[in-house]
Amino acid sequence: MDLVIQVLDSTVRLSTPLLLAALAGLYSERSGVFDIGLEGKMLAGAFAAGAAAAVWGSPWIGLLAALAASLAMAVIHAFASITVRGNQIVSGVAINFVAAGLTALLGQSWFGMGGRTPPLSGGQRFNPITLPGAEALKDVPLIGPIYEGLISGHNILVYFAFLMVPVTWWVVFRTRFGLRLRAVGENPAAVDTAGISVTFLRYRAVIICGLLCGVAGAYLSTAFNAQFGQNMTAGKGFIALAALIFAKWKPLNVLGACLLFGFLEAAGIRLQGVALPMIGQVPVQLVQALPYILTVVLLAGFIGKAIPPKAGGVPYTKER
Amino acid sequence: MAEKAAEEAGTGKAPKPVHPAIELRGISKSFGPVKANRNIDLRVERGTIHGIIGENGAGKSTLMSILYGFYHADSGDILIGGKPVRITGSQEAIALGIGMVHQHFMLVHNFSVLENIILGAEGGNVLNSARTRARSELERLEREYDMHVDPDAIIEELPVGLQQRVEILKALYRGAEILILDEPTGVLTPAEADHLFRILEQLREQGKTIILITHKLREIMAITDNVSVMRRGEIVATRKTAETNVEQLAELMVGRRVLLRVDKGKASPGETKLSVQGLTVADSRRVTMVDAVTFDVRAGEIVGIAGVAGNGQSELLEAIAGIRRAKQGKVLLDGRPIGVTGPGDPAAMRDRGLAHVPEDRHHMGLVLPFEENENSILGYHTKQQYLNGPLLDIDAIRNDAKAKIEQYDIRPPDCRLKTANFSGGNQQKIVLAREMERDPSVLLIGQPTRGVDVGAIEFIHKRIIEMRDAGKAILLVSVELDEIRSLADRILVMFAGRIVGERTPEASEGELGLLMAGIQDGEGRTGGRAA
Repeated sequence: MDLVIQVLDSTVRLSTPLLLAALAGLYSERSGVFDIGLEGKMLAGAFAAGAAAAVWGSPWIGLLAALAASLAMAVIHAFASITVRGNQIVSGVAINFVAAGLTALLGQSWFGMGGRTPPLSGGQRFNPITLPGAEALKDVPLIGPIYEGLISGHNILVYFAFLMVPVTWWVVFRTRFGLRLRAVGENPAAVDTAGISVTFLRYRAVIICGLLCGVAGAYLSTAFNAQFGQNMTAGKGFIALAALIFAKWKPLNVLGACLLFGFLEAAGIRLQGVALPMIGQVPVQLVQALPYILTVVLLAGFIGKAIPPKAGGVPYTKER
Repeated sequence: MAEKAAEEAGTGKAPKPVHPAIELRGISKSFGPVKANRNIDLRVERGTIHGIIGENGAGKSTLMSILYGFYHADSGDILIGGKPVRITGSQEAIALGIGMVHQHFMLVHNFSVLENIILGAEGGNVLNSARTRARSELERLEREYDMHVDPDAIIEELPVGLQQRVEILKALYRGAEILILDEPTGVLTPAEADHLFRILEQLREQGKTIILITHKLREIMAITDNVSVMRRGEIVATRKTAETNVEQLAELMVGRRVLLRVDKGKASPGETKLSVQGLTVADSRRVTMVDAVTFDVRAGEIVGIAGVAGNGQSELLEAIAGIRRAKQGKVLLDGRPIGVTGPGDPAAMRDRGLAHVPEDRHHMGLVLPFEENENSILGYHTKQQYLNGPLLDIDAIRNDAKAKIEQYDIRPPDCRLKTANFSGGNQQKIVLAREMERDPSVLLIGQPTRGVDVGAIEFIHKRIIEMRDAGKAILLVSVELDEIRSLADRILVMFAGRIVGERTPEASEGELGLLMAGIQDGEGRTGGRAA
C-alpha cells in the first residue's frame, strides 16, 4: 500500500510540468500555431525562476521572472509565425536552441557554477502545503493515506497545474474565447469573415501558452528541484507535445496522457536497481528510456488517427 | 440625383427620396500593377435581386470583397441606404446589415450548425446563454423562410446544399438586410439550386436586397431583376433583366460574339475502344465509391457521365486512368485488359494511348510553380523527342510548348511564365493541349470547363468535338449538366456509385435532374437527400 501511494505521489509530481506544458501547447495549437518550442520556453522559465529566486530570495519573484522570460520567447514565436508568417517549426526550433544556449551562458557568467544557479533553501522555493485535516485523517484506513500521502503535501504549483485542467476545458468549450480559439485553428477565414481578428486571437493564445510554460519552468527549478541545472527540462517539452497529440488536443485527455507519462517515469525511478522476478535486474538506462519508447510506440499508431487542428502550422493570409 | 432634387424641393417637404440599398461611386482597386476594379459605379435598389456577371478575373469578387470590408478601395465612395460609409472590416459590414455567402463556405467543418451561427455574434463571454438565444432565433428564421437545418448537426456531415443554407442563416442571424451570394450554385444539384432560388425570392419579398454573383447566364435570366456585366475590372453595362437576353449578356461579358450552342454533327461510332466491366472502387476509408459499373465507349463518340459531385465519378475516372486501385472489375483498352486492380501505372496507360485530363488541374494536372513549357510535357517528359541523352532537350521542349501555345491560343503567349500566373481557362488549355496533342485513342476528361471563362469554354468544347470527329473515344465527366447535354452523344447518370440510367442528350433537364438526385423512373423511390 505504501509503495503504491509513493509511486502515485511521485507520478503526480512528475506529471505536473508535463501537464502545464501540454496545456500550454493546447492553447497555442488549438489556435493554429504549432509550438515545438515548449521545451525552450520551459527551460528559459526554469532558469529565470532559479536565478531570480536565488538572488531575491523569494519563489514568487522567481515565478514572475519565469513568466516574463517564457512570455518573451512566446511573443517572439508569435511575431515570427503570426505577424511575419514565418515557418512555425523553424521558429520553435530556434527558440529551443536559443534557450539552451542562453541559459547556460548567462548561468555561467552570472553565477560561475558551471551553468547552474545557486541552490535554494527554505523559503526560497515553493514548499509542500499540508491540506487541512491531513493529520487528523492520517489513520483512517484507505482514505487517510490517500488524502495525506497523495493529495495533501504538494506545493502550490502542483495544485495550480491540476486545477488548470478543468479551467482549460471550461475556457475552450464553454466560453466565447474558446469557441473562437477552436474556430481559428480550424478555419481562420471563417473567423476573419465573422469580423474577428485572426492575429489578435492567435497572439492571445500564444501568450497564454508562454505563461503556462513559464509556470512549468518555475516548477522545475523552484519547486520540484531546488536549483536550475543545465538543460534540466531534458525533453519534457517534447514529451508534453507527444502527450498533447496523444490526447488529441483535448484537455481531459491531456490529464490522462500526462499522468501516464508521469507514472512511467515514476515507475522507472522506482525500478532502478530492483531485481524483477523472472527478468532479473533491469538496466537503469532501459528503465529511464521507457517514457520515450512509449512516446514513439503510442504515436506510431496505438492512438488511431490524431487529427490536428486543420489550419495548424499554416500562417493566415487573406484571400478573396 | 434623387437627393439633390429633394434638397432643392427642400422647403416644400417633398416626398422622401427612396435611396438605393447600395450605391458605389467611382470605386477603384489595384493589386500591384493589376487594376482589379476601375471606376465602378453601381446602384442596387432595395428589395431587388441584382445580378453581377462576368468572366473569371473580371473583378466581381474583388468588388464584393470591398463591399464586405475584406479589401479597401483605393478610391471611391460607398453609400448604404443613401449614407456614405467607410467599411474597414467585416465587423463594420455586418453592422451595416451586409451579409455574405462566400463561394467557399466560411464554416468551421467540425463545429455544429449552432456554433457556426453564433461564431462572432456570441453576445457574451460565456456561451450557454448565447446558445439558447441562438436556438430560438434560429427556429424563428427557419419558420419565416422555410429553411430547416438541424442546429446540432455537425457541418461536415451535412450535404453542401444544407451547408449553404447555414451560411445564409448565419447572415440573417446577424440581421443582414443586404445579402451577397458569390457563385452560390456551383456546388448544388439542379433541385437544390431551385430551392435556393425560392429562398432568395422569399427573401426579396421580405424586403431584403440580394446581390448574386455568377458566371452562369441562365441563373441571371431566371432570378434577377437587374444585371450588371463586368469585364476587365469595369462595369460595361447594367440592364433590366427583362429587357436583355442571354446572347447579349454573353457578348457583353466576353467583348465579342460568342457561340453558346455547341455545333456538332451526328456521331458515327466505330468499334469499342474502352470497355469497363463491373468496376468497383473504394476510397481510402474503404467506402465503396464506385459500385459494379459497366459501360463501353466506342471510337468517335462522347460518353458523358452526369451526376452531382461526390457520387463516384472522380473515383471512376481515377481508376480507369490508373491513379486509383480498383477493388474488382475489368477495364479493356482496345480489347486488351489494363490492370486496374493492381498498382496503377498511369505512364503505361499513356503509352497505350489513353490520355487523361484530370478533374482537378491544380492538384493533379499541373505543377503550378513550374514554367508553362515544363507543364506542357509533364508525364511525357521521358519521350525521345524531349530528350538529349540523359538530359532534357530544353530547346525542343520550348519549341514544342510555343507551338501548342499558338495552336490553343494560350494567353499570355509566354512559355517561360510560371503556370500559376495563367488564368484558370488558360491553365486548362495547357493541360488539354498536352493530352490532346499526343493523339490518344481514348481520352478521359474530367470537368473540362470548371472555373473556365465563357470564351475559353467555347474553344474547349470545339476541340473536344473535333477530337470526337477524328475518331477518338471520349469519356467526359462533368458536374455541369448543360455541358454534358451539349457535348455527349450518350449520357450515363451516376448516383451513389452506380450508373442509374442511360439517356440521350435530348432527355429533359428535369428527367436527368431526378436521376442525379437518385429518384428512379416512375417508382418515385428516393435514394438521396434531395432538397
